[in-house]
Amino acid sequence: MSISVKIQNERAAGLGGPEPRILGQSFPHDDAKAHLRGTASFIDDLREPVGTVHVAPGCADAARGRIQAVDLDAVRRAPEVLAVLTAKDIPAVNDCSPEQGDDPVLAKERVLYHGQPVFAVVAATHEAARRAARLARITLDEEAAVATLAEAARVAGGDIAAPLRLQKGANPEAALAMAALRLDGTLAIAGPEHLYLETQTALAIPDGEGGMRVHSSTQHASHVGRVIARMLGIAEAQVVCQCRRAGGGFGGKQSQAARWAALAALAAHVTGRPAKCRLARSEDLMMTGKGHAARVAWRVGADKGGRILAVDVVMDMACGAAVDLSERVAEGALFHVDNAYFYPELRFELRRLRTDHAPATAFRGNGAQHGMLVAEQLMDAVALSLRLDPLDVRKRNLYRVGRDVTPYGLPLTDNVALALIEELERAADYRARRKAIAQHNYESEFLKKGIALTPVKFGAGFTDSRLNRADVFLAVHGDGSVELRHGASELGQGLNIKLAQIVAEEFGLGLDRIIIKPASSEVLPGAGPTASSMTLDLNGMAARRAAETLKKRLLDHAAAMAGVDPRLPRFGKGAIAAGDQRWSFEELVASAVRARLLLTALGSYALPKVSWDRQRGHGRPFLYFVYGAACSEVTVDTLTGEMRLDRVDILQDCGSSLNPAVDRGQIEGGFVQGLGWLTMEEIVRDQAGRLLTDSLATYKIPLAANLPTDFRVQLLSGRPGRDATGLGTKAVGEPPVMLAISVFSAIAQAIAALKPGAVPALDVPATPEAVMRAVRRIRSGAEA
Amino acid sequence: MRRAIRFLRAGSVVELADFAPDATLLDHLRQVDRRTGAKEGCGRGECGSCTVALGSCRNGSVIYEPINACMTLLGTLDGKELVTIEDVSGRSGARLHPVQEALLAHHSPQCGFCMPGMVMALFTLFHSDVTVDRHRAAAWLAGNLCRCTGYRPIIDAAVSVCSTSPPRRDAFANAARRTLRQLAAIADDDDIVVGDDRRFFAAPSSLDRLAALVAGHHDAILIAGASDVLPKAARDHGTLAKIIHLGRVPELRRLTDTEAGLAIGAAVPLAALEPAMTAIDPDLGALCRRFGAGQVRAVATLGGNLANADPAADLPPALMALGATLELRHDCRLRRVPVEEYYLGPGRQDRSRGEFITEVTVPKLALDQLFRCYKVAKRYDNDRAILVGAFRFTLERGVIAASRIAFAGLAPVPTRALVTERSLRGLSLAERGPWTPAIAMLAEDFTPPGDERATAAYRLDTAKALLLKALTEVRGAASASTRIAQTREVVLEHLG
Repeated sequence: MSISVKIQNERAAGLGGPEPRILGQSFPHDDAKAHLRGTASFIDDLREPVGTVHVAPGCADAARGRIQAVDLDAVRRAPEVLAVLTAKDIPAVNDCSPEQGDDPVLAKERVLYHGQPVFAVVAATHEAARRAARLARITLDEEAAVATLAEAARVAGGDIAAPLRLQKGANPEAALAMAALRLDGTLAIAGPEHLYLETQTALAIPDGEGGMRVHSSTQHASHVGRVIARMLGIAEAQVVCQCRRAGGGFGGKQSQAARWAALAALAAHVTGRPAKCRLARSEDLMMTGKGHAARVAWRVGADKGGRILAVDVVMDMACGAAVDLSERVAEGALFHVDNAYFYPELRFELRRLRTDHAPATAFRGNGAQHGMLVAEQLMDAVALSLRLDPLDVRKRNLYRVGRDVTPYGLPLTDNVALALIEELERAADYRARRKAIAQHNYESEFLKKGIALTPVKFGAGFTDSRLNRADVFLAVHGDGSVELRHGASELGQGLNIKLAQIVAEEFGLGLDRIIIKPASSEVLPGAGPTASSMTLDLNGMAARRAAETLKKRLLDHAAAMAGVDPRLPRFGKGAIAAGDQRWSFEELVASAVRARLLLTALGSYALPKVSWDRQRGHGRPFLYFVYGAACSEVTVDTLTGEMRLDRVDILQDCGSSLNPAVDRGQIEGGFVQGLGWLTMEEIVRDQAGRLLTDSLATYKIPLAANLPTDFRVQLLSGRPGRDATGLGTKAVGEPPVMLAISVFSAIAQAIAALKPGAVPALDVPATPEAVMRAVRRIRSGAEA
Repeated sequence: MRRAIRFLRAGSVVELADFAPDATLLDHLRQVDRRTGAKEGCGRGECGSCTVALGSCRNGSVIYEPINACMTLLGTLDGKELVTIEDVSGRSGARLHPVQEALLAHHSPQCGFCMPGMVMALFTLFHSDVTVDRHRAAAWLAGNLCRCTGYRPIIDAAVSVCSTSPPRRDAFANAARRTLRQLAAIADDDDIVVGDDRRFFAAPSSLDRLAALVAGHHDAILIAGASDVLPKAARDHGTLAKIIHLGRVPELRRLTDTEAGLAIGAAVPLAALEPAMTAIDPDLGALCRRFGAGQVRAVATLGGNLANADPAADLPPALMALGATLELRHDCRLRRVPVEEYYLGPGRQDRSRGEFITEVTVPKLALDQLFRCYKVAKRYDNDRAILVGAFRFTLERGVIAASRIAFAGLAPVPTRALVTERSLRGLSLAERGPWTPAIAMLAEDFTPPGDERATAAYRLDTAKALLLKALTEVRGAASASTRIAQTREVVLEHLG
């Protein structure tokens, strides 16, 4: 297969041709200036309505047990306290789960994890509420907590939901047994904290008629609205949930924004006053769910050339105390356990285990990182054992013609992995650097280097097909300005500017004429979550359709006015011509208003072609795949385990990028978030299940200085995805996280330099201590 | 005595006479002033979203330093110029500051929550005398978290806007003379007390009056930068009723460099300390630079670090290895204690009620002495150490005649490795064979604890590795072959 690899960076794209189009240009984020001036309001920045009260959650100081007594007298007597809420104050349904009904807003009879809210204090100030919340005395019949996956795996009936199984090929076990090279190993994967910089925040304002208007920092406004309506026993139509912007989400505000908005709404319901719930950082860290931790046991069989014959993977995932979104995450792991590689035979089993901590939830990548990490570890293990260049082993195992059907039966049709890898291999000068590194490692006693080039093949979209749709509302105002409303959340990913670009392009208008209103369930109820990298594809197509409807109406009107064939009029740059007549957009709109035309439209888009049979483990879960590759070089101090990231080259397929600068921001940001997850970010709990890393002093995310010394990012753009939507764009939110696996693999290569032929057993995150564990095992001869 | 604080903001003098002693600048900005540009991302001085700039007069010019508004007591603003995100682009806000222009041009904002803090941190970089490259820009931003961008566009913006050599011009530089006049006009040497006898913020302006105030209020909290005290208070939801600020005591802000050593006043911020420490040894300077972030080093002091006896303190092992002493004052009595004797045990120090640290003296290295220290942390910048190891070897013809070795992170308090020191005596650097049993003696000195940062086993193994590294380096190995960062040769070359 050959593709033309046309590399485009945002500078080149920004220049455009003689008549620059709006699509494909690097416009700044629409909020950029307001953010830089500090005038862009987050919920806590909004001027509070008069009489606003503040809500702080309170919990028991234990992980698990039946509630014996809840003594809240001291809380009630504390200064400025107005009310204390418990499960008994909830008028109707006490649940904030996505749909399983297993996650009470406030604990009922039992406490299931450390940090689970048991009550909430309502006070005149935020500080007073927080202070009072510490005065409760909650007595539990304490039970031993299942704090780790190892313990969870030993508990009988510890599955929180049914396991996922998938088999490809007649007999993977036999294929393994017959392989010339047989390897096995284990891998522990940490689930990272999202660490959105704006903590969970909501402001609920009673509408005086039994309903509620809620501002929530959420990725899923309609879910928040639904939870509140069910909790208060009112109609969903009585709750409006709005999210103008969120200070980051990364999956952490998809299902888990609801509890805090519900507490604010409950306080507003009980006191009749506006109520705000903003978590302090320590509360947010302690009380909200993180990504899924996992333990993997893998076996692989390969031939002497490093070609994989069979794979067996058993993965245990720590789901926490409720199912939450673990189905999607588990499926994400399953769909990506092959990454870009063809496995003739595969047995995959994933168990979702109950652990006594806050329900694990979506995290940027949705399980794809778990699957891909296993795939890349298999490649490294095979290559190191056979003393082959891991890149050769990777290329040898890529999907290609004749070996192009995924384990779940989906044939690949637009596979650019090999072309992309070879382009990056050349651009990064991989072979020469690998040679130089071998020489360095021969000469250097303590500092060892490693280099790795790893691909990403990512399927974007929801496996719950109900979510693969979006609606957009457009209204042309009398002055020719265009109002756009959608139900998704601007989390910083640049959704709004891209939607504005799409609509501006349709109408031939300047971006300043497109006004995007805060995402709200008021006009578009029931919108899906802003997740799974699909928001732009879905909303962008819906916006285009709405624009097309309005355009047709306006053009028909123009044709009628000019007395010409309705097919003749065209939108130009801010002008419409029909026959010998010309109108500016504003003139035509004014004329349409006089002609009493409807100038609003709803556009709707549902993803075509996708279907997924959960029972059979078969189908087309995704419309298309996104490809990318990264090449990373590291230096590891084998005395202390510290690591330096020397150089990273990235090549990411963006389809036909609408805004290369925004996409580059997603790529770099995703990569660095992946870097944090893989090398640094460690959640530590004590034996009783209490979180020890409960502040930013102990939970460390990457800083500016953690960037590679040399960081080169290229977009493969201007090549519309053949399988993509009509926009030709490709999802860019999640895939870049997995590019960081190249760093993890490079660290493993550096450790392996201590003993040729050995396979390091390195866990995630590869902190200095984890690196030293792997170093010690290699030195003592006990490898993966 | 003055019963109010005064500071400059947007060209005017602000006077505040009524505030709680523990009121923070961030709460004042967001809740009293209703200026919400500075964000609360953590409330503990770790994320930098609330970064603002403080201007002060130093050597006849205005210098701007970044601080965390959430960890700044309102009272400590006295005599300074406060610059917040609302102030940088002028009153109308119509024109962006060059820093904002650069961040915009490089597509920096995504979710935007960190951006006001980033702007303010870069505003201080813009006004610094630093020649900015990528490395410097990244180090300057070690106190500002961003979860969206991966920082690349922010660093690009920093490098482009600070590409000219200092001084760089903006409206603040143009108004510097007026600002200096205004700062001079509000400067005085009055004692400040806001509040009453039971609840006050006090800032005495001489050592004697400080001693008298402390003697009268043993229950008062002494603060310099408050970077230890405030996060603890925030964690425990405590209120601080009586606060005595050391920042106006001239005797405590002195840094005296003599042949014998460096005398560091208890209220000298770490940022001011770094060049003199680098001159003693590059590793010591590097240790200072890795202490917290710029927002912390602008206010935090060595005196405060010792007074609060944080178990994971970065600097004390280095001070112990160098044989540093500290001076304590109780009312009118002075005494001097070696740093290693000052630490008595977990939460206990050789400092009685009403006694306070006035000065730390760090001896310089003799010609036959070599010094090394290393900090190991999960994250390289702005992270508390898992382990700090500091080594001073006195050499005679390639043989270790004496050594002082100290570690933090191996025991509840920073501790000398006396057994190991003895076992190293007489060791030849030439042969590596005998090093191994000597290094192994660290297990006799320490039974380390395990915690959320690292296990006991990792701590002990790494301590041994650091000693091996130190020995390898003093034998002559270039540090570029033994370290992934902070190589000594570059610094030494720069120092000439």
